Amino acid sequence: MIKFIFFWLFVKPLVYIVLGINVRKAELIPKKGPVIIAANHNSHIDTLILMSLFPLRQIFDIHPVAAADYFLKTKFRRWFFLNIFGIIPISRDEITKKNPFEEVNNKLKNGKIIIIYPEGTRGEPEVISEFKCGVAHLAKQNPDIPVIPVFMSGTGKVLPKDEGLLVPFICDVYIGQPLFWCGDKKNFMDSLKHSFEELNLFNKKGEK
Amino acid sequence: MEFFHVTQNVQFAIIGIFAVLSVFSGVVVLKNLVQKGKDFTNLNLRVKSFWSITALFTLAIMGNKLISFVFVGFISFLALKEFLSLIPTRRADRRVLFWAYLAIPIQLYFLYTGWLAMFYLFIPLYMFLMIPFRMVTIGETEGFLKSAGTIHWGIMATVYSIGYLAAFLVLPFANNPVAGGVGLFIYIVFLTVINDAAQFCFGKKFGKNKIIPKISPNKTREGFLGGIITTPMIAFLIAPYLTPLTHIEALIAGLFISISGFIGDVVMSAIKRDLGVKDSGTLIPGHGGILDRLDSLIYTAPLFFHYTVYLHYRGIL
Repeated sequence: MIKFIFFWLFVKPLVYIVLGINVRKAELIPKKGPVIIAANHNSHIDTLILMSLFPLRQIFDIHPVAAADYFLKTKFRRWFFLNIFGIIPISRDEITKKNPFEEVNNKLKNGKIIIIYPEGTRGEPEVISEFKCGVAHLAKQNPDIPVIPVFMSGTGKVLPKDEGLLVPFICDVYIGQPLFWCGDKKNFMDSLKHSFEELNLFNKKGEK
Repeated sequence: MEFFHVTQNVQFAIIGIFAVLSVFSGVVVLKNLVQKGKDFTNLNLRVKSFWSITALFTLAIMGNKLISFVFVGFISFLALKEFLSLIPTRRADRRVLFWAYLAIPIQLYFLYTGWLAMFYLFIPLYMFLMIPFRMVTIGETEGFLKSAGTIHWGIMATVYSIGYLAAFLVLPFANNPVAGGVGLFIYIVFLTVINDAAQFCFGKKFGKNKIIPKISPNKTREGFLGGIITTPMIAFLIAPYLTPLTHIEALIAGLFISISGFIGDVVMSAIKRDLGVKDSGTLIPGHGGILDRLDSLIYTAPLFFHYTVYLHYRGIL
């Protein structure tokens, strides 16, 4: 309930009124899960925008994958991100023997929407850093589930890493064609990267 | 809570505007039915958006001063945001841009409390002096002048000029007993839209000779003349019901609105061309961005305000 109110009265107005988003190819947004959304990451705003792309009634079906060390650091953070954002915490150090995606796989089996940032962290504003291959492992374990690349531009200007002051800008969101596991990690990562490059190019052209 | 007086003339004007819009919509519906093969998607969207815009403006001038001011401030915010998202901004300027946004409530506060001298001066002078100073405290010198200039242009256009819409509402009622300041508000917004529409329609129908091909290939002499004929006529006809202007003053006002509206339109076109975009945004379906819709008003609102104040409110402001 708190989650619903939070998204209804805070997140949605923030994304649609204070910032404003310009979604291209909105028809490629899947109507329902299971689906994996792979997006570039520059700002905390990214997650708010991605979650706002879906209707409010689906808000309980969306789960961002997030770093356990950052988002579970304090008691309040833990409660807030687990309950309000429904994050699935993932340990960033690779010592754990257990499959790190076990919980994600379970959610996907239940038809949920998973948000993952292949860059792993927010990085420099408006720059795409090297992709980590976690998303490839996830796709491999769920070969029938589409991976939708989503490229966002402008969020790094709104609220960059290490900044507390939010400045409104209209953000561009480009939805890419769905990708599926192709049997090979390198190929998969290459096609994902290629997809982002294309969306980025489209974005630059739009600006020109 | 402060209220302004909504006279019967104003109520009739609002009904009249909805009537005009209904006729316009009727024509578009007929067009859709008669010319079946043609694609009217854009035109239909445009009409729909006009209904929403008119409804919102009507709510904004129902008599509650605070609602009107919040409405004007919100328009300024959307326009400024669109402008700042369009221009290439330096990362260092984030905090400066935050100040640019803050100018909106400050500016409207001066107006709301009736401190008109500050309303006239705050952005052209104080923000002009403040912005470069805030930028100096951040310390990035590369692109400094360009950035300071662009940001100031943005607030002048979207906050200062658009703020004049609210300025009409604080004008003393006694000088325009037929409709008060809100009458002037309706007068200028309506005529600006009519002028845009007349230029567009005449240009579509008779347009042959391009007037400024370098900036806007769609603008023709015929369209411009169409506006210059239509707008003063309507300005003349409705002036007695909404303004204190005499017949001759109304004709000149119409001419003035027509020319300045055209200038606002082409200035925004030049800026869009400079930035390499076709529309300033996607906020209003069928129209483009909010700046695409406000472009002429940025020129007409302040100019008409000063024209009217010079003629009929002298000594008061």
